[in-house]
Amino acid sequence: MKIIVIGAGQVGRAAAYYLAREEANEVTVIDVNDELLRDLQDRIDIRTVSGNGAYPAILEAAGAAKADMLVALTNSDEVNMLACQVAHCLYGTPTKIARVRAAEYAARPKLFGQGGIAVDVWVSPEQLVTEYIERLIEFPGALQVLDFADGRVRLVGVRALKGGFLVGQQLKALREHIPRTDARVAAIYRKGRSIKPEGNTVIEDGDEVFFMAARRDIPLVMSEMRKLGEKVKRVVIAGGGNIGLRLARALERDTQVRLIERDARRARRVSEILSSTIVLNGDAADEELLIEENIDDADVFCALTNAEEANILSAMLAKRLGANTVMALINRPAYAELVESGAIDIAISPQTITMGALLEHVRRGDVARVHSLRRGAAEAIEGIVHSGTKVAGRRVENISLPEGTTIGAVVRGDAVLIAHHDTIIQADDHLILFLTDKRQVEAVEKLFQPG
Amino acid sequence: MSVATALRTTILPISNILAALVMGFSGMMLVPLVLAFVERDAGQPGFGDAALTVFLPAVAYWLLTRRFRRELKVRDGILLVTVAWVLLPAVAAMPLMIGIPGLHFTDAYFETVSGITTTGATVLSGLDHLPPSLNFWRHFLNWVGGMGIIVLAVAVLPLLGVGGMQLYRAETPGPMKDSKLTPRIAHTAKALWYVYAGITLACVLALLAAGMNWFDAICHAFSALSLGGFSTHDANVAWFHSLPIEVILTVFQVIAAMNFATHFMAVRERSFAPLLRDSQAMALLRILAISCVGIALFLTLEGTYPDFWTSLRHATFNLVTIATDCGYSTQDFGRWPLFAPMWMLFLSCVTCSAGSTGGGIKMIRTLVLAKSSLREMVGILHPNIEMPVRVGSTIISNQVVLSVLGFVFLYFMSIVALTLILLATGLDLTSSISAILACINNAGPGLGVVGPATTYAALGDVQKWVCIVAMLLGRLEVFSLLVVFTPAFWRK
Repeated sequence: MKIIVIGAGQVGRAAAYYLAREEANEVTVIDVNDELLRDLQDRIDIRTVSGNGAYPAILEAAGAAKADMLVALTNSDEVNMLACQVAHCLYGTPTKIARVRAAEYAARPKLFGQGGIAVDVWVSPEQLVTEYIERLIEFPGALQVLDFADGRVRLVGVRALKGGFLVGQQLKALREHIPRTDARVAAIYRKGRSIKPEGNTVIEDGDEVFFMAARRDIPLVMSEMRKLGEKVKRVVIAGGGNIGLRLARALERDTQVRLIERDARRARRVSEILSSTIVLNGDAADEELLIEENIDDADVFCALTNAEEANILSAMLAKRLGANTVMALINRPAYAELVESGAIDIAISPQTITMGALLEHVRRGDVARVHSLRRGAAEAIEGIVHSGTKVAGRRVENISLPEGTTIGAVVRGDAVLIAHHDTIIQADDHLILFLTDKRQVEAVEKLFQPG
Repeated sequence: MSVATALRTTILPISNILAALVMGFSGMMLVPLVLAFVERDAGQPGFGDAALTVFLPAVAYWLLTRRFRRELKVRDGILLVTVAWVLLPAVAAMPLMIGIPGLHFTDAYFETVSGITTTGATVLSGLDHLPPSLNFWRHFLNWVGGMGIIVLAVAVLPLLGVGGMQLYRAETPGPMKDSKLTPRIAHTAKALWYVYAGITLACVLALLAAGMNWFDAICHAFSALSLGGFSTHDANVAWFHSLPIEVILTVFQVIAAMNFATHFMAVRERSFAPLLRDSQAMALLRILAISCVGIALFLTLEGTYPDFWTSLRHATFNLVTIATDCGYSTQDFGRWPLFAPMWMLFLSCVTCSAGSTGGGIKMIRTLVLAKSSLREMVGILHPNIEMPVRVGSTIISNQVVLSVLGFVFLYFMSIVALTLILLATGLDLTSSISAILACINNAGPGLGVVGPATTYAALGDVQKWVCIVAMLLGRLEVFSLLVVFTPAFWRK
């Protein structure tokens, strides 16, 4: 697939990296900053074009005439939308994705509809990250909560801890213990390595378990893995930027939110927008401020500033001062690996979260949703089954799946079926798969392609 | 760093890829081997033995070291390219040593380095009676070396992965190597080779039409497009006594001296517009046209040839071939008044485009240097002026200007140093300086004892090795080769 990425900022770079890593993609990156481009081209096998990505001449130089997909990820919503429009008018580019952050645009879906601005998909990384954190807060103890089939099925990652019924037990005990609830363990990571989940696999303390279940069953299944935390009541947010502000706004109705922002003017502005949140002007890494604001009482501490180093440090500090769960926004995969499961409970990677939204459109076969996991090493895919494919009409046990891949759930109409060996797949089912090794993605795509 | 770690982290991973290169390279010997069988000539044992003695150990080594493979870093790329360019000519020399009785390693290696760097300087005489398969091999080396052996490997061997770009840059000439024709480096390399092969085919057909036989046509097309300059005859192109052949070769040499990326664009757009937009190509045409007419006038006035048209014919062919670093000859231009051959050697330093198959400092650098010198002068008049260096419509960043300056300094220092070494070995001034210029620019014939009428066989062994170094320095554009010998390169 020939893909043009506009913007070599954090998200753009990550997109280029994720997309170019797949052999089938040919990626061209456009940006105004030569140095960023040179640096990027040194690292990955892509072509770069320097200039304004909304200008036809620049798009042409990047091969827009033959491109299959345009991904506009610059800082400016307006440039992104215009670039998509230009590509649509002049080159009829089939798929156009734009980063649109401003709620002013995103709140009016008609703008992007028939006869509107030619943007097929708009992503707002800030919005995606906010929703992601919201879900984590909804299920205390979860490392990751991902939606499939409009939220009817969820993939939950959870760390098994002593006190959970299943810890020390074989997986098949799960069915006997909660017979009326259906869940499927899709993957288990022990000390960073994936082990194949089978009936007689014993869950150990500290394992990272991914399971799929219908939305309402999640708390019950989670309680099998660890003692369930209480509902989150008190949240402290460090950083009043885009994400911090959105999160506070989403949470402030049901929880007690405190937001710490360093810049006085920004703090003032944030306080004007929010209603019941307590906005504090100060440094999130200031021990005294944290103690004074009863950090030891906080259920969740989220460090969401732009500076990832500061996020890590303030989250570590909050943890030591007694915060129950600490999360930090971390861009660099190396940092995330360094601190996760150690000093910090959950590292939130905005890139991994955003990439799923792009990868959905790169996958061949009819793919409805893709979530990138474990910093891009694993992937969860929701594929739509068509008649004539290798999966339609077969029992799950008769489908030859590539190594490290499991079918977790099947969504049929409104019903959610958890996949068992005798489940028969029908046309129009949505199949949710977990791939522990992303390199198998091509083999999985083939399952959803006719012939 | 202990030897064991060095082995594991650097030497084994790189030598694994080298083994793959050697495998592929010895596979190329199949072409002359088949020819040797068809022609039943004396090259047959040479190619058979060489291919087998090299191929099998390379396969074994490749299999054994496969588990050490990893992604290449910048440093690995440079080292790999340098070692490959030193090692592969040695492999290529084996058939020559077996096929030509009494040929020493130094001579055989000189010949293959000269071939693969597209210099075209030869130590062999009696070319007309050489077994066709060996002659073909020489020209084939020219052709493969022209677009670059590593570029070929990047295009056809999927073993280089992400490191492909590093290798590509270490081998490809020119100051700005970041412009890719296609997003994937392997596709870019393939595209360049397609264009190269296509133009070569056109050249073969044109030469056939002009009356050459198949063998000569293919060999000369190979050496013309690669700007190598090997010939199948001792008398070189003069052997044919044919104006059409001279015209055809001149045209294709000029084409080969232009950027192949531009040719690719021209083919894709099916128009000459990319060529007209290419400031290197335009400058090259202008310089060649003016020089040809000027030298022709000079030769007429000096009375070297009786009339202007004869002068123009000989001046054009010999000047273009030296200026583009190809290095054919139809006349012993060593006997022309010294200004003419010296002007030709000067042109050989500056004329070829970056991205072409020729050598020298490349036209783009010439233009950048000229423009930046101009800027310095204007700067004296207007001390506060803001004036970007502009070549065509492209703005050249100061960083590139500086790297060009550094390159040109090293290039000419290399010429001076190597010339002094040749002088120290007892060679006369004209021969020394012309031999080094001809070798480092990958042109071919020099003046004096290495002039067009003679061969490099006149040189001693030490002198030949100095020339070998010059050829490799020129082809790898100095930096890639020299950086390997800096202490910083080996410091962890």
